[in-house]
Amino acid sequence: MSTKKSTKKSTKKSVKKSLKKSVKKSAKQSSRKNTAKAAAAAKRKAVKPVARPKRAAAPVASNAEFMAHAYAMETEAAERYAEFADSMEMHNNLEVAELFRKLSRIEQLHADQILEQMGWRQSPISVANVRWEGTEGPETADPTELHYLMQPYHALQIALVNEKRARDFFAHLAKVTRDAGVRKGAREMEEDEAEHVRLIEAWLKRTPKPDANWKTDQDPPVLSD
Amino acid sequence: MNTPALAAPVTAQGFKSDYKPIWCPGCGDYSVLSSFTKAFAKLGLRPENVAVVSGIGCSSRIPAYTTCYGFHGVHGRSLAAAAGLKLARPDLTVVVASGDGDGYSIGGNHFLHACRRNVDLTYVVMDNHVYGMTKGQPSPTTEPDWDSKLSPGGTGLRTFNPLVIALAAGANFVARAFAGDPNGTAELIAEAIRTPGFSFVEILSPCVTFRPEQREWKQMVRPASVKSTDDAARAARRIMTDDGMNIGVLYKGERMPYQPPIGKGRKRPSDLETEFAL
Ligand SMILES: Cc1ncc(C[n+]2csc(CCOP(=O)(O)OP(=O)(O)O)c2C)c(N)n1
Ligand code: SF4
Ligand SMILES: [Mg+2]
Repeated sequence: MSTKKSTKKSTKKSVKKSLKKSVKKSAKQSSRKNTAKAAAAAKRKAVKPVARPKRAAAPVASNAEFMAHAYAMETEAAERYAEFADSMEMHNNLEVAELFRKLSRIEQLHADQILEQMGWRQSPISVANVRWEGTEGPETADPTELHYLMQPYHALQIALVNEKRARDFFAHLAKVTRDAGVRKGAREMEEDEAEHVRLIEAWLKRTPKPDANWKTDQDPPVLSD
Repeated sequence: MNTPALAAPVTAQGFKSDYKPIWCPGCGDYSVLSSFTKAFAKLGLRPENVAVVSGIGCSSRIPAYTTCYGFHGVHGRSLAAAAGLKLARPDLTVVVASGDGDGYSIGGNHFLHACRRNVDLTYVVMDNHVYGMTKGQPSPTTEPDWDSKLSPGGTGLRTFNPLVIALAAGANFVARAFAGDPNGTAELIAEAIRTPGFSFVEILSPCVTFRPEQREWKQMVRPASVKSTDDAARAARRIMTDDGMNIGVLYKGERMPYQPPIGKGRKRPSDLETEFAL
């Protein structure tokens, strides 16, 4: 029992540490500068992560089932950020690619922490078979928010929305569950996610805000515009 | 007695190749790729038993991103190549990936006859109501009033209704999916593969570059409120009167898949190989 606790603590620490390290580092990072005219700014509004409708927690009957869902949620989030990182790398937006890669690692650490805590080698429920009440897990980022010229600030805005959604999801679950074990687990997860929210907010404060013309591309791919 | 070791099941990740997709960030096709790989893993398939065949278009790039056998064919001709492959190698699971341009414009005639023929294939069309790869021309599913530099004032042409056309032409399974629901889409693709005969899955897959307004689809789609039916006329009526945003299996029939007549004097497709032998 105590081993479980201490591993949880140490992994938790490492999630925090990696987030904190990233906050510091980002202050040094420069933003990508777009010097072109405002007139040619893209027609679309700035990338504003859309808060999707809240999802009611799926009824989970035991703490193990709850943790398996939490694991699926973190894994799905990690995979999505990794996909974003690949996509940004492909479009030569390396700064944002690196940030998404970092976010993916953080989510993966959180998922690994769940396995350690439960003493599982793998989750008893396959991630592919988990269905959410909405279309995707409550921490999975929305791909349609990406833009090839996006900056670290935008990526962090996306991350903030997802951490908040995750926090609210666990808070809701803790409120509605009748199982004391699930409630305890959900409260702990809620605290973790709330801490991530604070850290991302701090990270955002230190990250340069994009200027109004961030989407301007001197050599746009959309010839018809 | 030596029992051969069972090969470990292949995970969804195991169906992804090392090639990184070059789609625009945010393109719906990323999620469709993950639905393909999840469906294959769910069905316990192995990459060496699956062939992904496509035509040309952004959506048609999918074969390269999987570890399955792949054939990135000629624009609009994916179904012809896939039918030939399935008849020659019935042991393979053959899945065809296409777009609304590839499948309904240049490949429209193949689409009709593939439905009619009912070869055991799964046909997945990523519909974004535009030619994405060639930079935004209207396709058969583009709204008549979609105004763009390439179609000022819109085409004024009524849209093609692929699901009803598939039904009328004889497809044995018809479903509509949404890229923003990758797990749900994986389930639909898996069910399409499981169902014998020609299965058609139309996936609403946003093109964020040329149709940025399709980001709103995630607010518009909903699960179909009625269960799938095996009555084609009823399914057709439902599809013709819905708003195109109902997701789920809309029709599942029981037609026997096409088998080439093999008898005296008839050749198996694989026999043809000998004619080409040097
Ligand atoms: C025979 C032929 N005609 C035209 C083209 C040009 N072409 C390439 S892709 C494409 C349309 C693709 O649209 P769609 O199938 O909807 O795919 P998307 O890119 O939208 O996924 C066209 C017309 C071609 N490659 N070959
Ligand atoms: S042009 Fe459209 S369909 Fe093609 S990759 Fe970009 S977003 Fe996807
Ligand atoms: Mg298209």
